[in-house]
Amino acid sequence: MVGLATVLGAGGGTSSYKEIEETDVILLWGSNAREAHPIFFHHLLKGLDNGATMYAVDPRRTSSARFADLWLGIEVGSDVALANTVAREIIAADLHDKAFVAHSTRNFAELKAAVEPYTLERGAELTGVPADAIREMAHAYATAEKAQILWTLGITEHHNAVDNVLALCNLALLTGHVGRWGSGLVPLRGQNNVQGGGDMGALPDKFPGFQNVNDPDAIAKFEAAWGTKLNPEPGIHLTLMFEAMERSEIKAVYVIGENPADSEADINHARAMLASLDLLVVQDIFLTRTAEMADVVFPASIAWAESNGTVTSSERRVQRVRAAVTPPGEARDDIQILFDLAALMGVDWGQANPEQLWDELRSLSPMHAGMSWERLEAAGGLQWPCPSLDHPGSPFLHAWLWADDLDGREPAPFSAVVHQGPKEELTDEFPLRLTTGRALDSYNTGVQSGGFNSPIRYGDALDMNPADARALSIVDGEVVQVSSPRGSVEMAVRFQPDIPEGLTFTTFHFPELVDANVLTSDAWDKRSGTAEFKAASIRVDRLVGAAHG
Amino acid sequence: MTAVYNNNTADASAEVAVTISIDGADVIVPEGATVLDACNAAGVDTPTLCYAENLTAVNACRLCVVEMDGSRTLIPSCSRPAEDGMVIKTDSERVRHSRKMVLEFLGSGVDLSQADELGTWSEFYGADADRYGPAPARINEPVKIQDDLYIRDYDKCVLCYKCVEACGDDAQHTFAISVSGRGFDARISTEFDITLPDSACVYCGNCVAVCPTNALQFKTEFDLRTVGEWRPEEHEVTTTVCSYCGVGCNLEMHVQDNTIVKVTSPNDHDVTSGHLCIKGRFGWQYVQPTIERGPTT
Repeated sequence: MVGLATVLGAGGGTSSYKEIEETDVILLWGSNAREAHPIFFHHLLKGLDNGATMYAVDPRRTSSARFADLWLGIEVGSDVALANTVAREIIAADLHDKAFVAHSTRNFAELKAAVEPYTLERGAELTGVPADAIREMAHAYATAEKAQILWTLGITEHHNAVDNVLALCNLALLTGHVGRWGSGLVPLRGQNNVQGGGDMGALPDKFPGFQNVNDPDAIAKFEAAWGTKLNPEPGIHLTLMFEAMERSEIKAVYVIGENPADSEADINHARAMLASLDLLVVQDIFLTRTAEMADVVFPASIAWAESNGTVTSSERRVQRVRAAVTPPGEARDDIQILFDLAALMGVDWGQANPEQLWDELRSLSPMHAGMSWERLEAAGGLQWPCPSLDHPGSPFLHAWLWADDLDGREPAPFSAVVHQGPKEELTDEFPLRLTTGRALDSYNTGVQSGGFNSPIRYGDALDMNPADARALSIVDGEVVQVSSPRGSVEMAVRFQPDIPEGLTFTTFHFPELVDANVLTSDAWDKRSGTAEFKAASIRVDRLVGAAHG
Repeated sequence: MTAVYNNNTADASAEVAVTISIDGADVIVPEGATVLDACNAAGVDTPTLCYAENLTAVNACRLCVVEMDGSRTLIPSCSRPAEDGMVIKTDSERVRHSRKMVLEFLGSGVDLSQADELGTWSEFYGADADRYGPAPARINEPVKIQDDLYIRDYDKCVLCYKCVEACGDDAQHTFAISVSGRGFDARISTEFDITLPDSACVYCGNCVAVCPTNALQFKTEFDLRTVGEWRPEEHEVTTTVCSYCGVGCNLEMHVQDNTIVKVTSPNDHDVTSGHLCIKGRFGWQYVQPTIERGPTT
């Protein structure tokens, strides 16, 4: 989101799902949407049925990649190198949209110079993808009438996440594949309201509607509405919070609906930090591992099934969630808990009422102003920006790029970014690459998905290429010790022929059985605050006493 | 009277409109709409079985047939595109007779007891499956229960193909099931009839959602029916948004006694078109107030 906001000024995916049904070329880059976003993938499949060509860029030949016309099995963390090579090839083959570049972009000369070293040969060397495949994808993308780039955490869970996104934005700006129906830049969001959380200002430096906390006009507006002085200093994001805990600058933490004691990279470190706090308050629907560590636990109702409000999806669509059942015991609505806390602190906010809160948001966030509760009640919801009651919502963003006067905006900037590779290099001691991701039937640390009995669940196993496993005399299903520079866990190996040699993969859905995040790297991007879950170095050892396989 | 076709799944901007006569009333629909669409626009109810608005018509059941002037045979309304000047009769003696016999044939070989809509139509057309013998033929095999998510009751299967279509290229593209065998031996099967957990099935449940006879049934519903506690007339249905991933699928939570008993998605929701994945369809069980919310570890 930081990358998209830098280039295009809006922290949201540019396109509607419907558009991918009508696009011509699809670059699915660092996303296993078949498993992580299955119903979006239905739309993508319609696009393929309608004749679109798909290129899947992923270190693994995932279930999504199997639907692609071409799978580009990239080295983990070489995405910038691949994108720069594609950019160079597009320019070298004179396939860029020169009119669009001249009218709607800036810094083209800088980009051209920056990508110049990334010849097809060098790109192939850095990424492990054959030069012909890179060339084919570059030409298909550049010459398509409509094309989309989709990505997920394979792009953003890296120490250079923002560079990765900027490099993908460069491709869209080179070819004019943004700001038009059917073309766009689409980050698929991983949680049902991670888009909405950002939209509501749950970011260190933003008010609702992506208004800056240090903008004097915004401060004046929000201070008037809320009747209190506001701190103009941006806050810090989660990764920096853990660093601040380490320096004992943060001594109290209030966690709402998150399970960092299972979900953080380098988990042993994160748990130590949480344990060192003077006060840990956790508000959640279950007694999660984080809640077990807490001094105070507030039992909350389930947002989407036991309370009323809104969530915002990957296509910026705001939709109503509604209470279907009543919460058990003392569990209460998240907002009511906050209201009651405020009352104890001497501020009377009254009773929580989602519609009133929504109307307050509409009065302060221009992009939501036209979304009345009544309009949202109607099936389907509305896509932001929706500035007025007669506005139909915005299926896609950035049409201004194609306006004669750019609607008075600055042209969108190209970004010169360089290949860095993963922070954690492979060594003799830790010679295998570990990357992580989701399985179809499970979700994150399993707090929710652990509640049902999936017939297709196999647990968190270490996927290894059979050749790598056999070289270590490991048999399929054998429990081994997996170690990274941060710690070790025991887990079963699953032979997976679709994973290249040198690469391993695990899900992280059953932390009580396999603490996979003991292994992951907490190297993180200074701008987005996202840790490099996707690239750790590991070693696999047979357990002492294991029979020779 | 002239009814105007209004269905947001069709292209509202279609410039070419066609006028067709349904039981004497002129109906205007956009080019590409079906005779069934025109019937709906005219307010004429039509029995369907193998048809679903979110699937491609397969013309398997012949229940929706209507009479068209100039046509030797009855035509399936669900798949026949409306053409300018068509004259359609939906309630002629021939149509009533055909629909009645289709229902009787189905009822004589298949258990339609949980196909609620078909029961209503059977009554409407006076269909009596027992005309063909006192004891209806049944496959008579035990219900297949191979996991905790859904069951298969082949006695109830009318081979309408909807499940095959939903599993295949109309939605899921998993192709875990198809029709095997011929004639009386034809049945919906996994590859080599292996169990569902061993098959390519990914448990999206989209087959269950489109099944018109309850041959495919959510385990929650099956269990409640088994103990006589399935009370659909009491169900409250609330539309909300799934909690897994950021796609924004709408879920219809069917609630009985403050307990979720079934999850569907609206066919007219353009994010899902009625289809879900395993998490959305089955992943709600952690919500159940009857289950103690204890530690997850």
